[in-house]
Amino acid sequence: MNAQQQPTGSAYFIQKETEAVETHTLSVLVDNEPGVLARVIGLFSGRGYNIESLTVSETEHEAHLSRITIVTRGTPHVLEQIKSQLERIVPVHGVRDLTVRARELGHDKPLERELALLKVRGREQDRMEALRLADAFRARVIDANIEHFIFEITGRVSKIEQFIAIMRPLGLMEVCRTGIAAMNRGLDD
Amino acid sequence: MNVTTKDAPAQATRRQDAAGQEMTGAEIVLQALRDNGVEHIFGYPGGAVLPIYDEIFQQDDVQHILVRHEQGAGHAAEGYARSTGKVGVMLVTSGPGATNAVTPLQDALMDSIPLVCITGQVPTTLIGSDAFQECDTVGITRPCTKHNWLVKDVNELAKVLHEAFRIAKTGRPGPVVVDIPKDVQFAKGTYHAPSPVIEQKSYKPRIQGDLNQIKAAIELMASAKKPMLYTGGGVVNSGPEASHLLRELVKLTNFPITSTLMGLGSYPASGENWMGMLGMHGTYEANMAMHDCDVMVCVGARFDDRITGRLDAFAPNSKKIHIDIDPSSINKNVHVDIPILGDVGLVLEDMVRLWRASSKKNDPEAMKSWWTQITKWRARNSLAYKPNSDVIMPQYAVQRLYELTKSHDTYITTEVGQHQMWAAQFYGFEKPNRWMTSGGLGTMGYGLPAALGVQIAHPDALVIDIAGDASVLMTMQEMSCAVQYNAPIKIFILNNQYMGMVRQWQQLLHGNRLSNSYTEALPDFVKLAEAYGGVGIRAEKPAELDDKIQEMIDVKRPVIFDCRVANLANCFPMIPSGKPHNEMLLPDEATDEAVANAISAEGRSLV
Repeated sequence: MNAQQQPTGSAYFIQKETEAVETHTLSVLVDNEPGVLARVIGLFSGRGYNIESLTVSETEHEAHLSRITIVTRGTPHVLEQIKSQLERIVPVHGVRDLTVRARELGHDKPLERELALLKVRGREQDRMEALRLADAFRARVIDANIEHFIFEITGRVSKIEQFIAIMRPLGLMEVCRTGIAAMNRGLDD
Repeated sequence: MNVTTKDAPAQATRRQDAAGQEMTGAEIVLQALRDNGVEHIFGYPGGAVLPIYDEIFQQDDVQHILVRHEQGAGHAAEGYARSTGKVGVMLVTSGPGATNAVTPLQDALMDSIPLVCITGQVPTTLIGSDAFQECDTVGITRPCTKHNWLVKDVNELAKVLHEAFRIAKTGRPGPVVVDIPKDVQFAKGTYHAPSPVIEQKSYKPRIQGDLNQIKAAIELMASAKKPMLYTGGGVVNSGPEASHLLRELVKLTNFPITSTLMGLGSYPASGENWMGMLGMHGTYEANMAMHDCDVMVCVGARFDDRITGRLDAFAPNSKKIHIDIDPSSINKNVHVDIPILGDVGLVLEDMVRLWRASSKKNDPEAMKSWWTQITKWRARNSLAYKPNSDVIMPQYAVQRLYELTKSHDTYITTEVGQHQMWAAQFYGFEKPNRWMTSGGLGTMGYGLPAALGVQIAHPDALVIDIAGDASVLMTMQEMSCAVQYNAPIKIFILNNQYMGMVRQWQQLLHGNRLSNSYTEALPDFVKLAEAYGGVGIRAEKPAELDDKIQEMIDVKRPVIFDCRVANLANCFPMIPSGKPHNEMLLPDEATDEAVANAISAEGRSLV
């Protein structure tokens, strides 16, 4: 009966994980102090957890609080461990699993947005095509000269990935992505 | 030894005087130690902590014990903490001082020992410049501490130090590091006394168990036909009251009780319900009862892999209750049905009260047949070994040591390996805090400095390190420290000239090819003791063992006891890697062939 509960990395790990792997978005409120990000990242690498996306910034200056948004993958059991292990870190105020909460609220997932900057070098037809597609994706041109554009695009991860894929044959030179910012609908904290 | 308890009023006055005063960082360190009730610290000086050492020189409230290596300071502080329930304190310099402290810090983290480690650091202006004896102490110690700080502002120092003590000892105890640059030690700042009001918002360990969960647990326990109590180091950490309540609970319920290595002594080995230790080298009865039980109550233990063996066959038909202060321990390795988050002592208090009040009790017939079954398992006598009148069997040595020391005020520490398991199996512990061993990390070299720490805390007690010949050499230099402080520790070496446990695994897993597990050139331990200024005793025959042990007890000086034991004895019973509890290798079945074939190809890759 414990077969499903086996974490990878146990010295006695014999059977393969049988639970399905899920992607969850965690929101971690931390004291904004030196080293706090290293503690969080060190936990993930030290215990062999995945990080798919990580975003961090100070969110409440007066209270010295930062919010770290992490997209991670694991079985429900591993995700539960990740949450408990994060909560052990002294400057961590709390961990919210936004994906779990979104499901409770009847949604597929929380509201998630990402911002990306793309530098595209194009000539003639490609240049026109890039501009036209950017418009369709509601990407803004934030810099341009006769050789290239820099587009700014905001949206769901899938939209950004699609935009990047479309820009690639049109002379995509460089991409910079922020990682996910996420929040749930509704008034509850 | 200067071990005097400070009188409380005088201390309170001093605290009043100190609060709000301007002083140097180094003075703040000493004042904070005093205000947190520290009487002893273990340390080693160096360039980056000289201002603090200068302060130590000019006072006598806090006694400094000079070790011979920073690892020794850490283990000594661990032994001190484990045997007293207080926070152990170590003080080391920057760079190599800090890196040498890493092993005891990780050891304390895994065994939940409260430890405050103060490290010196190069001046703030030199941090990051690869200065002499610089290392990224907070970076290196981040994963091996509960929390750590680099203090760059002298005005923060007092607050951080008080917080360090609070975090080390509250919740699940553990080690913390406070890294203090040299210029901060010189700088002047304001001292703040420990605040009675806790300002921290993020760290709030939950200590009171949920009453509904406890009620559900009591209900489940009362319905059990084959109950089992599985206890661990959390009971010891919770304090003597927790052990007292545990005994009360056993008396009320008549449940059989086993314990992990770390929990020995919280229930007395002479108690009627005691099943012996469980796990890889646990007794047959403890492991069989764990495997067959229908309700398991885990009290302050963490389902470590040495305990569970093969997870998918661990107590397969049981409902499990788990009391733990650390939420991350719940459902980590094993799924539990009723988790109870809280301090073991407080939860046990509720449990005892509710059990008394509840009218529902276990079916007497079922309990009777469960105990009948246990009696049968006990009769298997799984710790038996073949006595020998020519050579000292290691098990016999521990048994005699127990018989001759049990009437004393005795504390036992160990190193890591076969001798550690034999000590756990054959030495009877009646009280908590009497057994100091490196459980989680398995640090060879733990026992000698730990014994030193215990002896500093209990100057009149009989402190014995049951050691192995290989382990003890890893921190042998602390013998010099023991002599300096007249700490009459007894190093009882079960000397078989092998790294016994390494050899046992090579026999089990690697076709008896004993690669590098035999020590060709051991020192003469008697002469070594004498070279350090201690006493050396050697016993080679079973007939002389008792007299020699008595001689060791009677000497009020540090002793190295070279007990020459049967070289090839192995430690049984044993659950081979990858096997469940009910497939143990018992001593009388452990023929060479059985040993060679005990572990399957799959189990070979496990540790």
